[in-house]
Amino acid sequence: MLLALLVLWPLMQIAEFRPSDLFDARNLEVMGGFLGQFFPPNMSGDFLAYALKATIETLAMATAGIALAMLLALPLGLVLTHSLSVSRIGPGSGRGAGEAVRAAARATLLILRGIPELVWALLLVRAFGLGPAAGVLAIALTYGGMLGKVYSEILESGDTRPARVLLESGSGRLMAFFYGLLPGAGQELASYTIYRWECAVRASVIMGFVGAGGLGQLMDQSMKMLNGGEVSTILIIFLLLVLLADALSVFLRKLLA
Amino acid sequence: MSFELDRIGLIHSNGQAQGQRALRAVSISAARGERLAIIGPSGAGKTTLLRILATSIRPTEGRVSVLGTNPWQLSSRELRRLRSGVGFIHQAPPIPPRQRVITAVIAGRLGQWPWWKSALSLIYPADIAGPREQLARLDLADRLFDRCDRLSGGQLQRVGVARVLYQRPDLLLADEPVSAMDPALADLTVGQLHAEAQSRGVTLVASLHAVDIALRWFPRVIGLKAGELVFDLPPAKVSESVLRDLYASETGVLPSQDNQPFHASFEGYATDDTPGGSGQVPLAPPRVI
Repeated sequence: MLLALLVLWPLMQIAEFRPSDLFDARNLEVMGGFLGQFFPPNMSGDFLAYALKATIETLAMATAGIALAMLLALPLGLVLTHSLSVSRIGPGSGRGAGEAVRAAARATLLILRGIPELVWALLLVRAFGLGPAAGVLAIALTYGGMLGKVYSEILESGDTRPARVLLESGSGRLMAFFYGLLPGAGQELASYTIYRWECAVRASVIMGFVGAGGLGQLMDQSMKMLNGGEVSTILIIFLLLVLLADALSVFLRKLLA
Repeated sequence: MSFELDRIGLIHSNGQAQGQRALRAVSISAARGERLAIIGPSGAGKTTLLRILATSIRPTEGRVSVLGTNPWQLSSRELRRLRSGVGFIHQAPPIPPRQRVITAVIAGRLGQWPWWKSALSLIYPADIAGPREQLARLDLADRLFDRCDRLSGGQLQRVGVARVLYQRPDLLLADEPVSAMDPALADLTVGQLHAEAQSRGVTLVASLHAVDIALRWFPRVIGLKAGELVFDLPPAKVSESVLRDLYASETGVLPSQDNQPFHASFEGYATDDTPGGSGQVPLAPPRVI
């Protein structure tokens, strides 16, 4: 305990973490005023209309982003999956080429998810200007990288024999996936994708702060104006969105069971 | 020539068994329409031999020819076509538990159907009568639309057999195809495999744990022990002493269908008919030994 404090103290100093600041009289006053405005939330029709429009924009950004991400992730994930490799059986001819393609796919996914969506958004805002288009593409790129990697891991972690046996009787890769792997992995793939959609909703909020539109941009404005009522309304909307994602996930799992 | 193995050897190159020898200098060949049983103690290399014939593993020594070609010299497209003509019945049916029986059977034709037909069959089966017919041969037609996790082990094994029958392969391989079935169903299933091989004149190779099934049904019996070929004889010449030698390392009791002590002295051997298959299927009733 003492040792931990000894090690942590200098680190906290470097990070300018000074708990005493929290209790400084002036800071307390500003914070208190801001937090005090949180209640009641701003429920005026005007603001709710704004918030609704921003919510739809955020949802659209997240959904379109995830849809594009899936388009990117499915082929790359399938290429990466060892149990769908025909050349590994035997091993047969073309194994070297197969490994090369897999390495290229792995590198692509690494680059895509290695760059945070916020950085992609900042880069793309330069290209597309302010607005949701940059956010959609940023989500598609980063989340495509994440989904592709996790898809192939989910496919690899289940029972891969059915797919291998189909390949051994002459089936193509894609059909070996549909007939051999999807029945066992479908539920998990769907719920992971929904979870990523939920993350994309949050990410699109953050990207709003850098000018990609949606709830984030609205919140940025409210924060700058220290309008606590508006901020708390937006926070309530966030919670509702996460609940919605949860319900959707449960519903899809039931549907696939 | 349906297949030809010339001094095949296999040393495992990866996995747990790395460096272990599974087969040594095995030479077997079969003409089209022959029906062979492979027997031997567990670990003798029966499954490995079948998988080499199925082109799913490549031997480290010797030469393979399957359906007239060396599979490991083919382009990937030609190899895929060859594989779609080889059917393999696995001991543990490789079927996802959530799949419906009809989908599992249809999967036998994935190598022959164009991809769009296979894809549409995921939504609505392109052929219902065909799978139903194959399941009916194995007394399972009523389970056509059930999910596979509702089936018992023996039923699932028969779904695996129906899939390969539906595939209509030119070389029919079976690895312990009836290990989870009771004697009556085992006889029904082995009988249907023989009927299929004879009616279409295709080659059947089955590894069997139960010596009595091998001797009763198959015109040619191959003994495998510790990766080496011990004998290749018609069943009438497989004497009890030959079998005792083959299973010497096991408990002393010869393995048979229902784990009863087995004596290799009964009539009703499979008849050695000419390759091409004009002989009758020996429809012996299930023997209680």
